[in-house]
Amino acid sequence: MAVLKDETMSIKSSEDVVRVRQVAREFAAEQGLSLVDQTKIVTAASELARNTLDHGGGGTVRLEAINSEPRRGLRLTFEDQGPGIPDIELALKDGYTTGGGLGLGLSGAKRLSNEFEIFSRVGEGTRVTITRWK
Amino acid sequence: MERIPILKMGDYLLVTIQVDMHDRLALTLQDDLTEGIARTRARGVLIDISSLEIVDSFIGRMLGNIAAMSRVLDAETVVVGMRPAVAITLVELGLSLPGVRTALNVEQGMSLLQGARAEQENANGRAER
Amino acid sequence: MNQKAQSLIPDRSRIPEMIAKRESDLLTDWMREQLAATTLRSDLMRESELREQSRQFLNLVIRAASQQPGLNDINAPAWEEAREFLSGVSRSRAHQGFSPSETATFIFSLKQPLFSLMRQELEGDPRKLADEMWVATALLDKLGLYTTEAYQKAREEVIRRQQQELLELSTPVVVLWEGILALPLIGTLDSARTQVVMESLLEKIVETGASIAIIDITGVPTVDTLVAQHLLKTVSAARLMGADCIISGIRPQIAQTIVHLGVNLTDVITKSSLADAFAVALRRARMVITRAENHG
Repeated sequence: MAVLKDETMSIKSSEDVVRVRQVAREFAAEQGLSLVDQTKIVTAASELARNTLDHGGGGTVRLEAINSEPRRGLRLTFEDQGPGIPDIELALKDGYTTGGGLGLGLSGAKRLSNEFEIFSRVGEGTRVTITRWK
Repeated sequence: MERIPILKMGDYLLVTIQVDMHDRLALTLQDDLTEGIARTRARGVLIDISSLEIVDSFIGRMLGNIAAMSRVLDAETVVVGMRPAVAITLVELGLSLPGVRTALNVEQGMSLLQGARAEQENANGRAER
Repeated sequence: MNQKAQSLIPDRSRIPEMIAKRESDLLTDWMREQLAATTLRSDLMRESELREQSRQFLNLVIRAASQQPGLNDINAPAWEEAREFLSGVSRSRAHQGFSPSETATFIFSLKQPLFSLMRQELEGDPRKLADEMWVATALLDKLGLYTTEAYQKAREEVIRRQQQELLELSTPVVVLWEGILALPLIGTLDSARTQVVMESLLEKIVETGASIAIIDITGVPTVDTLVAQHLLKTVSAARLMGADCIISGIRPQIAQTIVHLGVNLTDVITKSSLADAFAVALRRARMVITRAENHG
């Protein structure tokens, strides 16, 4: 797999969440994703960026335009050094929420992506990676 | 501080969301609308989201809140102009916007609001108080 | 190790070393060759972009060589990154409208500059120079061919996509009446086609402002789970947008399949015929058809 282009952004404010959406949109468009697929990955990015900010105490996202013959895609890795998620399975259930939200952040992002990976340790932080292929 | 403008059209309030809102801006809109409905005693709110390329769970929640709060204040809310890509994504996301009525465009939205109001007034007239 | 070529190809080529040592000169020469070529498309690509691509490629060759010192087999894992890079270059050129020759020039124009470099570096050792020139020629030929093949594949992809777009355009969404659309689906639906068709229905709904869409599947012999799910997602999406869908033309066999698959249709209005669906739509739209009075 080749990384054609990558960028790392910090997520420290709600304006950063907006900026993440914009850059994710640019990457997705450049990789030739259809409009619907672009919308899906950008929406997933928005959910995860917000999680990073609200639950992770801020963090970063690394966006990568990737090429794995014959497919092209976009991979986003969200990372924070926050409290971590004690029960990942529970967190991935639809409707589960700790913040009074709709509880769709993690599970929603998973549904909107082709690949989803999550690592989390209580007291250390969380890393979520999503990939959308063209 | 930046705010999303709210227009008054007769008994109705009209909001056109044209920017990619950050969370604080969305919350401010929620507050401004609630305050506006109460102050103007508006009968309905029309929210035009035809410029929005993304509606995530936060915005979805905002729309739901606005609908719920206006109902408490005796006003109806209609959201118009949702883009197909957004609708498809929301379905995939599992977000159904409960309690939020939708219409394809401002025209249909207004007629929905006016129809809803008429229905309500009929019902009120028939009910024994 | 490639046994056949053993006698001619040295175990370890000095080419990567030479490239690394004289990279900036090589890059300058190579750029000059590319810019002077009759196949240059300066209208399609900026010089700075071309330079960056060239530089990256040279680095990838050096990296591949670290795992495969003989530079003899571009299909080996050592060359994976380089191959993917070249695929990317070919694909973007195919999309931008370069011809196959214009694309392959990227590799072939490297020959002359590389040979000049090698002649300078290996001046005192004609035998070594001959061996290395053979390695270089074989390598660049293989990479050039690879680039051309990747270009071919990309062109095919463009054509396929254009065909799909044509399909999209030819999807027959019919305006039955003011505010009422019909989408008569015909033939077997596969998941990809269904998605395309459904997306274009939603677009048409916005375009025409139709608040009711009838999806007629009379002409569809079988419906599998994926297709049924797409249909339902489309109905849900339309509803979110502010329009309603009616599914018509569900034949008994399809009804059985749908129930058997456990697909939940309770939220969707279904009618067995397009005509019935149209009647429902008219009622919804609060329209009535009356017969004209006869004028004797």
